[in-house]
Amino acid sequence: MTDAPDASSPPLALPLVEVRDLAVHFPIVRPGGGFFRRVEQVRAVDGVSFSVHRGETLGLVGESGCGKSTTGRAVLQLLRPTGGEVLFDGQPIQSLWVRRGNRWAWDGRLRDLRRRMQMVFQDPHASLNPRMTVEAIVGEPLRNFRLAAGRDRRERVRELLETVGMDPRFMRRYPHEFSGGQRQRIGIARALALGPEFIVADEPISALDVSIQAQILNLLARLRQDLGLTMLFVAHDLAAVRHTSDRIAVMYLGRIVELASARRIVAAPLHPYTQALISAVPAPDPVVERSRRRIVLSGEVPSPVDPPSGCPFHTRCPLREDRCTREVPRLTEVAPGHAVACHLVTGGPAARIPGTL
Amino acid sequence: MNPSSPDTVLEVLDLRTFFRSDDTIVKAVDGVSFSVRRGETLGIVGESGSGKSVACLSALGLVPRPPAYHPSGAIRYRGRDLLALPERELEQLRGDRLAMIFQDPMTSLNPYLRVSRQLTEVLEVHKAASATAARRSAIAMLERVGIPDAARRIDQYPHQFSGGMRQRVMIAMALLCEPEVLFADEPTTALDVTIQAQILELIAELKQNLGTAVVLVTHDLGVVAGTTDRVAVMYAGRIVEEGPTTEVFAAPAHPYTRGLLESLPRLDAAPDEPLSAIPGLPPDLGHLPGGCPFHPRCGHTGDRCRVEYPPAVPRSATHAASCWHVEGLP
Repeated sequence: MTDAPDASSPPLALPLVEVRDLAVHFPIVRPGGGFFRRVEQVRAVDGVSFSVHRGETLGLVGESGCGKSTTGRAVLQLLRPTGGEVLFDGQPIQSLWVRRGNRWAWDGRLRDLRRRMQMVFQDPHASLNPRMTVEAIVGEPLRNFRLAAGRDRRERVRELLETVGMDPRFMRRYPHEFSGGQRQRIGIARALALGPEFIVADEPISALDVSIQAQILNLLARLRQDLGLTMLFVAHDLAAVRHTSDRIAVMYLGRIVELASARRIVAAPLHPYTQALISAVPAPDPVVERSRRRIVLSGEVPSPVDPPSGCPFHTRCPLREDRCTREVPRLTEVAPGHAVACHLVTGGPAARIPGTL
Repeated sequence: MNPSSPDTVLEVLDLRTFFRSDDTIVKAVDGVSFSVRRGETLGIVGESGSGKSVACLSALGLVPRPPAYHPSGAIRYRGRDLLALPERELEQLRGDRLAMIFQDPMTSLNPYLRVSRQLTEVLEVHKAASATAARRSAIAMLERVGIPDAARRIDQYPHQFSGGMRQRVMIAMALLCEPEVLFADEPTTALDVTIQAQILELIAELKQNLGTAVVLVTHDLGVVAGTTDRVAVMYAGRIVEEGPTTEVFAAPAHPYTRGLLESLPRLDAAPDEPLSAIPGLPPDLGHLPGGCPFHPRCGHTGDRCRVEYPPAVPRSATHAASCWHVEGLP
C-alpha cells in the first residue's frame, strides 16, 4: 500500500502522527507436537495507514476484534508492531526499540517521546492501581520523569485534578472510593500529567453509565480545545465517535475499509460494511426506528487467524462480485478526503445497497 | 396505570426487593409495579444500580433469599402469586412458561455439556419428551434462531460457538417450551451492533409468531426505541416514568428521562457541542438522599423534592411520571 492516500483535507503542515502500512501479527502455537505443531499468525492489524494532524481528532471505529485497540497501542508503541512504520512529528519511532536478550525494549529516546504521547484506557477499574492514592497515581508520571517532587508535585496534581473536574481534596483517597466516571477522570488526569500533545483514548466511555458518558465526552472535548490536544479516539460506539471526531476511519478485520470526514462517513458512507454498520446503530427515536430499513448482515466476522482471500468483507457482503474473492481492494481516494477500499466503489460511481437508510 | 386487561399475562405489584448488608439496607427495588400483555414488549430502562435486573430476577424467584427479602409485593401469573409459590412449583414454571435470557451467554450455558444435552434437557424435564423427539425439536429451534448447519452444530460445546451464536443458543433454549413470558436482561449488550441487529430482529420475529410477552431490560435507549411497545424508566429502585414508547420518547415527562435522551450523541443529528450531560453521579443505593432520589442531579429541584417522594402523575391515560414538577413542565 505504497500509494495509500492520506485522506484528509490538504495538509497544511506535517501530520503529528503518520502511520504507514502498520501490521501487528501475534503468533499462536496450535497444540500438537513435532510435525503436527503449527505456528499461526493472528493478523490483528494488517496494513493500516492514516495520519493525524495537529489539533485533530481521528476516530477509529469498528466491531470487536477488528484491530482498532491494537492499532491504538501499536501507534503508541505499547506493543511492538510487526510491520510498517509510525512517524511521530516526522520521526520514525519504530526503530527506537532495542533487543535485550530475547525481548524487545524501548530505548531512551522512545521513553522521552512517552512524555509527548499518552493513553487513556477503557476500564478505569483495571487501569488504576488499587493500592495507590489518587495523588500517587496522578503524580506517578511526574515522579518517573523526575519533573516535580514534594510540594511542587502535589501542587501539580491539584491542578490536574481541577482540570478534569475533580475536587483536589479527594487526592488522599483510593480508586475504589470513586465511581466509574470519577475513576475515568483520574485516568485522564494521569494521562495529562506530562503535558502530552497526542492522546490515544481507547474506548474511554464504554464502561460508563449512560448519564456519565456525556460528562466524559464533554471533558475530552474541552481538554482538546483548551490544551490543543491531538487525539486518536478508538471506540465501537459510532454515535460517540461521530460526536468527538473530525475524521473517522472504519476498520474491519485488521484493515481500514473507509476513511473520511465524520460528517461524510455518516451522511454518505460508500463501503458496504460502513453502510451496514451505520444502519445497525439503533437511534434513540421510535419514529426513526420504525420507519428505517436496516441492512442485517448475514454471518459473522471471520477469524483473523484465517482471513478470507481477497476483500476481508466479501464473506458477508451483499454486493460481492467475483473479483472480491480474489483481489484485496486498496484504500483509494474516490473523492477529496474520502478513501474507500472496495472494488465496487473504486473509480466508479458509489455502489449503494438498495433500500438503505 | 395499566388496568389489567384479559391479555395481561404477568403483573408485578408493588414489588420491593431489599438486601440486608452490614450496616444498611440496600433498597434495590422499592415499590415497582408493571404488567405485560400477550405479544407485547415492555422495555425496562435504567443505569447500573437502578434495580432493573433485580426486578426481573425477583419476578422469577432468582434472587437468593436471604440476603434478599421482599417487604412487599406480588407477582401475579395465572391467578397465582409467584413470590408465595413453593420453590418446586416455581421450578416447573421457570424455563417452561417463564423464561429468561441473560447478558452473557457463557454464564448460563454449561461449558462441560454439549449444546444438544442442554437443549434436550429442557424438553425432557418440562414436556416429558422422548430423547429423539427432544433432539428433533432442539434442532428445529436452532435452525429457527438462525444457526446454520444446526444438525451438526448441536453436538458441539458452547465454546465452539461465537458470541452471537451462543446468544442464539441461549435464546433457542429459552424459547424451546414456547414460554408465555420472556425476560431478556441486556440480551445484546455484549454483542457488536451488526450482530445485535440480527438478534433483535430474531426476538421480534419470535414474539410475533408465538405471541410471547417480552420484558426487555436494557440501558440502551436506541434498543428500547426500536423494539418495545411500552417503556418503564427506572432510577434508584423505582419506576420514575412509564408509558407507550413513542409517547415517552416524543414527550418525556420526568427530568431524568429527558436528561438521558438529551445527553446522547446521535448519529442522525448534527453534533451539538457540548452534550447536555446530567450532572452528578448515580445514586448510592445504601445511602439514598431523602425525598426524590434524583433531586441532587435535577435542574428543577424545589423544597418539596428534598423531603417527599412524588406520586405518579398521569400525562395521558397510559403515560405517567413521578415528579413534583411534571405538570409545570412543557
